[in-house]
Amino acid sequence: MLRPLPLLTTLILAGTVLLGLIGTVLPAIGLGPTGRGLSLDAFHAVFDWPGLPRALLVAVLSGVGSTIGALAIATLILAGWHGTASFRWLERLLSPLLAVPHAAAALGLAFLIAPSGWLMRLPATALGWETAPDILILQDPWGLSLMAGLIAKEMPFLMLMMLAALPQVAEGPRMAVARSLGQGRVAGWLKAVFPGLYAQVRLPVMVVLVYGMTNVDVATILGPNTPPPLAVQVTRWMTDPDLAQRAVAAAGALILLGAVVTTLIAWLVGERVIAWLGRAWVWSGRCAPPGLRVVGWGLGVVSALAVLAGIAALAIWSVAARWRFPDPLPEALTARSWMRHGPEIADVTLLTLAIAAIATAVSLILVIGCLEAEHRHGVTASQRGLWLLYLPLLIPQIAFLPGLQLAPLVLGVPPLAAVIFAHVVFVLPYVFLSLSGPFRAWDSRIARAAAGLGAAPDRVLWRLRLPMLLAPVLTAAAVGLAVSVGQYLPTLLLGGGRISTLTTEAVALAAGGDRRAIGAWGLGQTGAALLPFALALLLPAIAFRNRRGLRHG
Amino acid sequence: MAEGLCLRNVAIRQGAIPLLTVEASIPPGEVLTLMGPSGSGKSTLLAWIMGALPAGFSATGAVRLEERDLAGLPPEARKIGILYQDPLLFPHLDVAANLAFGLPRDRARGRARATLVEDALAQIALKGYGPRDPATLSGGQAARVALMRVLLSEPRALLLDEPFAKLDAALRGQVRDLVFARARAAGVPILLVTHDAADAEAAGGRVIRIGD
Amino acid sequence: MRLPSCLADLTIAIPAWADPNPADWDAVLSEADGQTVYWHAWGGSTTTNDFISWIGEQAAEQGVTLEHVKLADTADAVGAVLTERQAGKDEGGSVDMIWINGANFASMKEQDLLFGPFAEDLPNWQFVDVEGKTVTTDFTIPTEGYESPWAMAQVVFIHDTARLAEPPRSALELLEWSTNDPGRFTFPQPPDFLGTTFLKQMLIDLVADPAVLQAPVGDDYEAVTASFWAFMDALTPTLWRQGRAYPQTGPRQLQLMNDGEIDMAISFSPGEASAAIANFELPETVRTHVFDKGTLGNASFVAIPYNANAKAGAMVIANILLSPEAQLRAQTPDILGYGTVLAMDKLSPEDRAAFEALDLGPATLSPAELGPAQPEPHPSWAERLAEDWVARYGVAQ
Repeated sequence: MLRPLPLLTTLILAGTVLLGLIGTVLPAIGLGPTGRGLSLDAFHAVFDWPGLPRALLVAVLSGVGSTIGALAIATLILAGWHGTASFRWLERLLSPLLAVPHAAAALGLAFLIAPSGWLMRLPATALGWETAPDILILQDPWGLSLMAGLIAKEMPFLMLMMLAALPQVAEGPRMAVARSLGQGRVAGWLKAVFPGLYAQVRLPVMVVLVYGMTNVDVATILGPNTPPPLAVQVTRWMTDPDLAQRAVAAAGALILLGAVVTTLIAWLVGERVIAWLGRAWVWSGRCAPPGLRVVGWGLGVVSALAVLAGIAALAIWSVAARWRFPDPLPEALTARSWMRHGPEIADVTLLTLAIAAIATAVSLILVIGCLEAEHRHGVTASQRGLWLLYLPLLIPQIAFLPGLQLAPLVLGVPPLAAVIFAHVVFVLPYVFLSLSGPFRAWDSRIARAAAGLGAAPDRVLWRLRLPMLLAPVLTAAAVGLAVSVGQYLPTLLLGGGRISTLTTEAVALAAGGDRRAIGAWGLGQTGAALLPFALALLLPAIAFRNRRGLRHG
Repeated sequence: MAEGLCLRNVAIRQGAIPLLTVEASIPPGEVLTLMGPSGSGKSTLLAWIMGALPAGFSATGAVRLEERDLAGLPPEARKIGILYQDPLLFPHLDVAANLAFGLPRDRARGRARATLVEDALAQIALKGYGPRDPATLSGGQAARVALMRVLLSEPRALLLDEPFAKLDAALRGQVRDLVFARARAAGVPILLVTHDAADAEAAGGRVIRIGD
Repeated sequence: MRLPSCLADLTIAIPAWADPNPADWDAVLSEADGQTVYWHAWGGSTTTNDFISWIGEQAAEQGVTLEHVKLADTADAVGAVLTERQAGKDEGGSVDMIWINGANFASMKEQDLLFGPFAEDLPNWQFVDVEGKTVTTDFTIPTEGYESPWAMAQVVFIHDTARLAEPPRSALELLEWSTNDPGRFTFPQPPDFLGTTFLKQMLIDLVADPAVLQAPVGDDYEAVTASFWAFMDALTPTLWRQGRAYPQTGPRQLQLMNDGEIDMAISFSPGEASAAIANFELPETVRTHVFDKGTLGNASFVAIPYNANAKAGAMVIANILLSPEAQLRAQTPDILGYGTVLAMDKLSPEDRAAFEALDLGPATLSPAELGPAQPEPHPSWAERLAEDWVARYGVAQ
């Protein structure tokens, strides 16, 4: 019964992406129900849009820049500090950031770094400025604020991914050897541990790259508008009342997909170049430039504090009465925003969590089934299979979700079910990512010992393996819930606008400018994503309070 | 004792439980063997000498190497080489780069480094193996590369943490002889930790038994 | 993509429910009972959202459940209806009602995507000020009963008297001020609805004869708009952020004003400033003003898509929106501050008295101060202006 599961799972993921892509390609080349026959008119229309070069450039810059930035900071923190008390402190600071939804983090950051934002209010109050300086920080044409926001949000993700993969690269012994051979902490880590570790986290890195190039929610909030990054422009074309623009949107999405594929190839070439430079560095015997360790620490702390301060700002706005520039704090506090939005936030939170819970449960069942099939029948997902699993994260959402928009209507699937299905497609890879390591690392001698005692495989799974893996299973569930809570485009497009989650509401409010409403909704969104993580930490601690061998940290 | 590696009043504890105490000095070119069962704290002692005492352990006493007190020095500044039971060659680097990894910059730069590495490979009968993937080496070959890698880094002392435990019987003697010959030739103090009496015997130096 | 069209054939073969007949109001009421209406309306403003949920409470009394689908852009709803038609879903659609006007209405009407005519059959239509307000044409397009008005809007400018005591009252005065005090003015980025409105307002103020704008864009476009583009070329570098970034929506301007980044903003709702002051969103020193030559005015409408699932329920809600009670609430400054579409002389004395008793709030102009509304140009002007603006200033060089 388990044997076909890996294939089925791969089909669900890859098949969805493929169908969506077909649904995008057809209108782009003039075919499908609205097309007027095979033509490249839609592509011509995109190429005629004067903003295209800049929109593409900003997409590539923000994607590549944010990936390099996030990877570099995460690497420097691990290289310089892993295993120290400072690292454990920073890890505790960064872990909750993982769950903070992108939109909420971006909204908080926007208030923090704007020329009239929190940071600028400190000198403004001190120096008595009455008006904010007219400098272009947010939504700058080169997308630097967007890049900074993405770095702050993706760095914790990459760091925790690397942390999870570390046991597989024998960090301790390699570092002992490297340092005994005269290499400093940072240089030794970069030379001896990083290359193997990077190979393990390569896919998540690419996911970050693709997300950076193609996201719509963060780019809408922090990105430029003259012109916007291509993904945002494609979304605008997609929702244009003029039917012909749908084809243009599809063509634009395919051009963006082309840019993503090209960038990924360039990234792979870049990996080779870096590897070559790295080998030359090893050969040279040189140490690392001084100060790297401190720089990594500093950048890590700054980006963590920026996101946390942003969330704090959301919280304060949600209870603020009048709050004018340059006051660092509101004149008075009021519960009015919460009285106003609270009941609706509660309703929407319930729906959001229900969607997240179902999508996560489905994903967990499939993932555990796949991993158990791998364990029992040796049906391993090959490296190629793993790529398929990641397909929904590597192909830009904006390239295949519009193509799926019609599917639920044609198949008569209610919007809620379509949204849940779409969430599974994006939740499952993350659940797999976070569960596969611990699941495979589980000591299978225990299973053999149990079999020797007469336990059937199902009994081993339910009574031994899953209970022993309670902590990682709960963490995977929390990751799944957080990913689902944060989904914007899938909810918007497949829900046909009927399904409101905390994220769609928060992004819709961002278009307005009511910081109090944004604060309340953003905080609700953050809470919905964080709560499962808190539970995931708490439950195993309670369940295993008398089992030292099953407690970690 | 002017030269060599000195351990003064060394005591290792796990939490509050004392594991071992050592008082020893090893002159250059000589071997001291610590023998004891697993869990007796031998490897922890080595980790402490390296400057990387694992969490949960504590140590008192002093290590001096050539009159330098090593207390507080980071591992890379101690100039102590170590060989483990696994050769721990870096899998992402070829054999030559593994050897170049610890070669000090003041010994050779640029092309001269490549020449040194080639010579070193010839010395361990692996001439031409430079571009090979370490994963394709046999157990004995890998052990020789690991040994040469340590020696090229010009350590002032050498620690051996059961380095022969994973080799099969035929190879073990061969590798053991090579290691001791090379290490003695390098003229550095050697501290061997093992639970195998044959290793201790082959080392030929003083033996301290712990944990019995 | 054969599949959708075959399915469409299939669904046509199944006998469809007949559309409700707006003239038979009792039948409409009984059909509406128990229906759920998905009203797709822009969700970027808290006050509007609150007003819509109040409408929902009224609808519940008549057995209709109202769900507000909050849009970032009205075009999203139009897109949803288009998607459904593409998929052959000609009934049971997901959009029951849209807050609409201007180009979106023109586009839906032209593509036969609307249900109707229904508006003039609504019981409360009797109170509507058909003669005095532009409620039967929408950006020069006759509504023909395919949409029902529910609020009047007129362009006003919001300024902070603490920093700008004598606000500009014409396009040229605006340019003069912004040149002398650069970086203190901006407008929502076209093709945003309000941003495009700003362009139209400037064009009307600058063009020699605004009457030419009532006809669709013709061959004389270049000549008519020459002075306008010269004005924009001069104004843009003096804008907030040197015109390299713009707020994306109207409410975002208010936040910028509260943050001390700008001193003047455009609004399409005469009561918005007063409501914002009451909600702590703007300083108490804020007031509104209009241009000497007057400002643009239009109506907000609701329309029902041709494939709406709950047409009867949607009509019930359109009727509630026209009730004196709802209109009074909409005009109350700290609730919504939208102008009513009703004619005072058609109301009962009590209702009339209630409207007259409204305190419009500190920053709201009286109808006399607002002056007569200038008519909206033909939608093709808005479309062309927005398109050219994007090409000129909306994509960095």
